[in-house]
Amino acid sequence: MSEITVHVDGTPRRLTVDTRTTLLDALRERLGVTSPKKGCDHGQCGACTVLSGGRRVLSCLTLAVTQDGARVVTAEGLAAHDRPDGERPAGGQRSDDDGLHPVQRAFVDCDAFQCGYCTPGQVVSAVGMLDEFARGWPSAVTEGTRPPRLDRAEVAERMSGNLCRCAAYVNIVPAVQRAAAESGTAAPGAGVAE
Amino acid sequence: MTFIDRPVAIGLDLPRRDGAAKVRGTAVYAYETPVENPAYAHPVQATVARGRVTALDTAAAEVLDGVLAVLTPATAERLASTEDRELAALQDDGVAFRGQVVALVVADSSETARHAAALVRVTYAQEPHDSELRADRDDLYAPERVNPDFPTDTVEGDVAAATAVAAVVVEQTYTTATYHNNPLEPHATTAHWEPADGRLTLWDSTQGVHPARTAVASVFGLDEAKVRVVCPYVGGGFGSKGTPHVNVVLAAMAARAVPGRPVRLALTRQQMFSLAGYRTPTVQRCLLAAERDGRLTALAVDVVEQTSRIKEFAEQTGVPARMMYAVANRRTTHRLAALDVPVPSWMRAPGECPGMFGPEVAMDELAERLGLDPVELRIRNEPVTDPQTGKPFSSRNLVGCLREGAARFGWSGRDPRPGVRRDGDWLVGTGVAASTYPVHRMSKSTAVIRREGDRYVAEIGAADLGTGTWTTLAQIAADALGVPVERVEVRIGDTDHPMATVAGGSSGMSTWGSAVVEAARAFRTRYGAEPPERAEASGSVPPADDRWAMHAFGAQFAEARVHLDTGEIRVPRLLGVFAVGRIVNPRTARSQLVGGMTMGLSMALHEHSVLDPRTGHVVNHDLADYHIAANADVAEVEAHWLDEHDPHVNAMGTKGIGEIGIVGTAAAVSNAVWHACGARVRDLPVTLDKVLPALEDPPGR
Repeated sequence: MSEITVHVDGTPRRLTVDTRTTLLDALRERLGVTSPKKGCDHGQCGACTVLSGGRRVLSCLTLAVTQDGARVVTAEGLAAHDRPDGERPAGGQRSDDDGLHPVQRAFVDCDAFQCGYCTPGQVVSAVGMLDEFARGWPSAVTEGTRPPRLDRAEVAERMSGNLCRCAAYVNIVPAVQRAAAESGTAAPGAGVAE
Repeated sequence: MTFIDRPVAIGLDLPRRDGAAKVRGTAVYAYETPVENPAYAHPVQATVARGRVTALDTAAAEVLDGVLAVLTPATAERLASTEDRELAALQDDGVAFRGQVVALVVADSSETARHAAALVRVTYAQEPHDSELRADRDDLYAPERVNPDFPTDTVEGDVAAATAVAAVVVEQTYTTATYHNNPLEPHATTAHWEPADGRLTLWDSTQGVHPARTAVASVFGLDEAKVRVVCPYVGGGFGSKGTPHVNVVLAAMAARAVPGRPVRLALTRQQMFSLAGYRTPTVQRCLLAAERDGRLTALAVDVVEQTSRIKEFAEQTGVPARMMYAVANRRTTHRLAALDVPVPSWMRAPGECPGMFGPEVAMDELAERLGLDPVELRIRNEPVTDPQTGKPFSSRNLVGCLREGAARFGWSGRDPRPGVRRDGDWLVGTGVAASTYPVHRMSKSTAVIRREGDRYVAEIGAADLGTGTWTTLAQIAADALGVPVERVEVRIGDTDHPMATVAGGSSGMSTWGSAVVEAARAFRTRYGAEPPERAEASGSVPPADDRWAMHAFGAQFAEARVHLDTGEIRVPRLLGVFAVGRIVNPRTARSQLVGGMTMGLSMALHEHSVLDPRTGHVVNHDLADYHIAANADVAEVEAHWLDEHDPHVNAMGTKGIGEIGIVGTAAAVSNAVWHACGARVRDLPVTLDKVLPALEDPPGR
């Protein structure tokens, strides 16, 4: 057993965990933070995605003891704390009047989900992915090393770690593009392309 | 029945009412229900496919710090009813399939429960098992009925005689794979048994709180009034949460074993492959005989599929062929093999989904043989009345869907030859298939309408699996009451609300909506336009109008690309046009239809549960090895619908849209792959190994 402090959605949370406990189980079963979901527990579906230190991670494959002192953001805390590492909010984004992060607002507007179980992971993954894109990180479908446009193929590739059994993919892609366009992170210097 | 002639709220493109909660992750699913001091349960599963447990050594598990109880057939409570053998958990030492639950650990934490479950030592008297479905087995049998209550076999005319004199005959065997529903939310329950008064509360992920309550009450011998089932959100079901599986019984047993303490039980993804239902593999022998002009003279579909030894489920795979096309000589049969395998059950469009694969590929083969356009072939076989019942169709717009789809897809002028279109290293083709799904409305369901302040509340124990019920039921209630939708609040997902039937058979909105309309009518009749505070009225589903045959239809078009060198298959474009009655909410409707089509694409190209007959074990039992379509597998998927007015189906004019989207997709994809590369793939999934032989000498190379 180890005592750790994890900053969850901006609040320091002190807890004693079994060294075998995953970050996902620590959040869901110890701290009552159930926004990240357990879909497979093996890093195969992405439903448990959270930001840790501003990067998207699979909380089911992350041992809680490795997160002592970490700043973890779930979909629940995204609007208020989307970049808890002290940097500006991702892409300068702010929450809207409903308290939703622009990615969340775009998901609602585009009906980018049905049952909602994979959705918090999709949303967090999209926020992390847009930041990766803004930093110029290439993906498997990027030609060259600097992606020129956040087109359909780029979004689909970068979001393929998040399974959606309701299959809202054709709405998730435009939702991510819409959020990116609004925040100006669509490309390191270019607009969103179809 | 009061038909809503002038819809105002119905048809509005409204966002989901539960949208904000879902994108934040604050919508509470079953496992997440806040309770005090929960314990956690973890099942122990059989590692043999058939036999008997001769010894269960729980000592190492029981001494583990934090373990509260280990339930075995020797220590578990005796259930009141073991009639449903799938639900008769821990009642005897028999093992009927690999993965069956043989013990259950309850502990303070999920880690401890899981660890302790691994410490339970099970000794078996193993018996030879038989888990392999083959069409040539000598022990196939005819079930009494097929799901839910259709005749097993039908015969009209003389298929053999008509086939003997037909101009063209296509006779082939088609197979569909084993599929697992795999909703993203595992089957999960939080159970609390109140020791003082014996009341059981289940927060359970279910497609129907009332049907779940009935089943659980029966298993435990409880008065239904002592059981409450709550489920405001379902993280996907696709049929697998339509009937209770053993997990909910285990959760309740565990809660009774630790009095006063709530227990959480979620199946692991791996456990879901043996405990939460699946779609049987099917072998479909299909025969089509036709005149030179394409008119069918004979049709036969003979289906072989599997069920489990402990519980029969007979998928109605041959049923859609009974009403799809006009033909004088027709035969459909179903034969089952009862195997040492997990219990098959409902999966999105049972019957229609697999049953529209074989016949719709056969139609494409017939069109090829006749030199006739496959759209035109289907139009030429359009029946005037329902071939199965002789009744007129309340509405049947298959032809409209085919024509509209062909126009939108750009079908006209299509070169019918396979393997002649090349784009770089890719061969390109297009295919079409028809979709259908019956209009179901359950005979029971009750709703209450009440005025609370400046709002009207509609209460019914309905479910929202992502289908949009929270939003669409409010739209129906608003029009039935004649008030703006903003003034209607909906309360669903709780047996404390009036009785609702399962969200299954695409019947949800048609059934619950009918009850809501009746309740609203009773409310206005009794209280008029100015109802007093707390005024309330209830209404139930009126009898169905059985003068009509009621079905939804659709047409799906696919573009496939096959890589010349590797055989890689991509589907850049899927387009469906559906005739599904009135659309309550175009936004949520489109998501359901597109979602169904995409799951159909996934079935066509990826999905295949591999059961190793040597072990009786689904070897690819996780989401890394059981491939469901990921984002990058899906390109353009479009769903459109005809403006269909059908006043006969129900007061809303709705036909149900949750399932038809998956019907026909796999056939359209297989037909497009043939058109692309000349490989006729009759066995799903359509994988590259099945097209490579055709690529060795491709026509266009």
